[in-house]
Amino acid sequence: MSELGFTSNEMMTIAASRALRNDDVCFVGIGAPSAACNVARLTHAPDITLIYESGTIGTAPDVLPLSIGDGELCETAVTTVAVPEMFRYWLQGGRISIGFLGAAQLDKFGNINTTVIGDYFHPKTRLPGGGGAPEIATSSKQIYITMAQTKRGMVEKIDFFTSFGHGEGGDHRKRLGIDTAGPTLLITDLAIWKPDPVTKEFTVVSLHPGVTRQQVQESCGWVVRFAEALDETPAPSELELKTLRDLQARTRAAHEGTGKEKAA
Amino acid sequence: MVKFLPLKQAVAENLNDGDTVAFEGFTHLIPTAAAHEAIRQGFRDLTLIRMTPDLIYDQMIGMGMARKIIFSYVGNPGVGLLRRARDAIENGFPRSIEIEEHSHAGMANAYEAGAAGLPCAVFRGYRGAGLAAVNPNIKSVTCPFTGEVLAAVPSIRPDVTFIHAQKADRKGNVLVEGIIGIQKEAVLAARRAVVTVEEVVDNFDDLHPNLTVLPRWTIAAISVVPGGSHPSYAHGYYARDNAAYLEWDEIAADREKFQAWMQANVIEKSAGDFAARVEHLRKAA
Repeated sequence: MSELGFTSNEMMTIAASRALRNDDVCFVGIGAPSAACNVARLTHAPDITLIYESGTIGTAPDVLPLSIGDGELCETAVTTVAVPEMFRYWLQGGRISIGFLGAAQLDKFGNINTTVIGDYFHPKTRLPGGGGAPEIATSSKQIYITMAQTKRGMVEKIDFFTSFGHGEGGDHRKRLGIDTAGPTLLITDLAIWKPDPVTKEFTVVSLHPGVTRQQVQESCGWVVRFAEALDETPAPSELELKTLRDLQARTRAAHEGTGKEKAA
Repeated sequence: MVKFLPLKQAVAENLNDGDTVAFEGFTHLIPTAAAHEAIRQGFRDLTLIRMTPDLIYDQMIGMGMARKIIFSYVGNPGVGLLRRARDAIENGFPRSIEIEEHSHAGMANAYEAGAAGLPCAVFRGYRGAGLAAVNPNIKSVTCPFTGEVLAAVPSIRPDVTFIHAQKADRKGNVLVEGIIGIQKEAVLAARRAVVTVEEVVDNFDDLHPNLTVLPRWTIAAISVVPGGSHPSYAHGYYARDNAAYLEWDEIAADREKFQAWMQANVIEKSAGDFAARVEHLRKAA
């Protein structure tokens, strides 16, 4: 915890939650996106529709799910559909306003790798792979990405195109016949980034409180561009922080609980 | 026509070395007991199909049973990597395996096409995605009406599918509810299907008419295995054992620790041991 009274990860989650609107229909990736989406629901966007790829539509979990298919997602959902229906009618059908993704590796054009480090056929590290992401990235009206900055994570060139962002930049999406907007927002633990309108390169538009340009550059593998008029992200409000911390405390208690009662 | 059988017999009668097999369950209703029975019976050269090969495929791969895996997410959901699968892919231990990787949309469409008796699935997918370049089974077709280029993948037609479900009635009709995932499609796409259930009830007369019921004539065998999905869960019966998923990460990280765990918890156990594993999870469901 810094002297600011919140951690950079808390700032990241809260900044990400603020980007979501009450009328959004959001396809939620597991991990950091899931926390942000539920903080939004518990603060300024109570009617947001959260969708997890297990088929749960309009879910409102009390604790953050460990997996995309935890039982509580179904119990609190408006409806639960089969996985083929999820991907065909709801995602491919164009009904998702925001696809919210995390990334193991990200480049400056919002292309994401969660598949392999190294060569695909002889990987140095085999990661889990794309799951729903390849189609979320192209069928959602727009994509938000959230991840903590590291030089290993934010790289000049990703090892594998798990999901397509803006490709080589510019009009690359359009050239492939993809008519959705793609990545429009990146929220890290240090800053808020938006793609340049023409080149589509992610550009820092707002620094979180207490963060310097140098810090952003030092934890990013490409040469960072900063907007001319750089904002400062408003610090988390008391309500936002309390909501996030309560959610995380409930989540910890719930996930630990199942193991401890286990018979010896 | 469906038969009620002890799990040991249901697996022995329906699975063979070299089969293409799906043990499905999208986080929910994972047929762990059936997979463990297959491990005890020591099948070889299997092609394992699953959207989210989690612990049970990590275990089967680690035991050297798989020749090939067809999947769309080879992770421990919410925890991280599958370490036995990684060891096989990265180091060829205990044997090298072939991989055929898709997206969830690709697999879901392929199962649905299999259930529908089609040779392939057509959908809007893989645009700009690297998988299309490394998986020769991802191709494209042009819509004859609009000219749109769409993705095509072969349908999935397993020799046998195993699923877990909540209950069967006495005739052998099976009810699946909650996160129904891909259970119905995986059963209908397969030549044979084996279902483990939590319990058998007299009839389904008082159920809502639109619930997911697999008629008895779509299933080869049913085995009653309470708790048979653990550490996954059965909606309405017991909760997901999230702690066990976290623990697996450590067990699978080490080859010897893995072997010892498999010996003590799978090889020397039986389907009857599952009920006790979910006792502490029942009230949370």
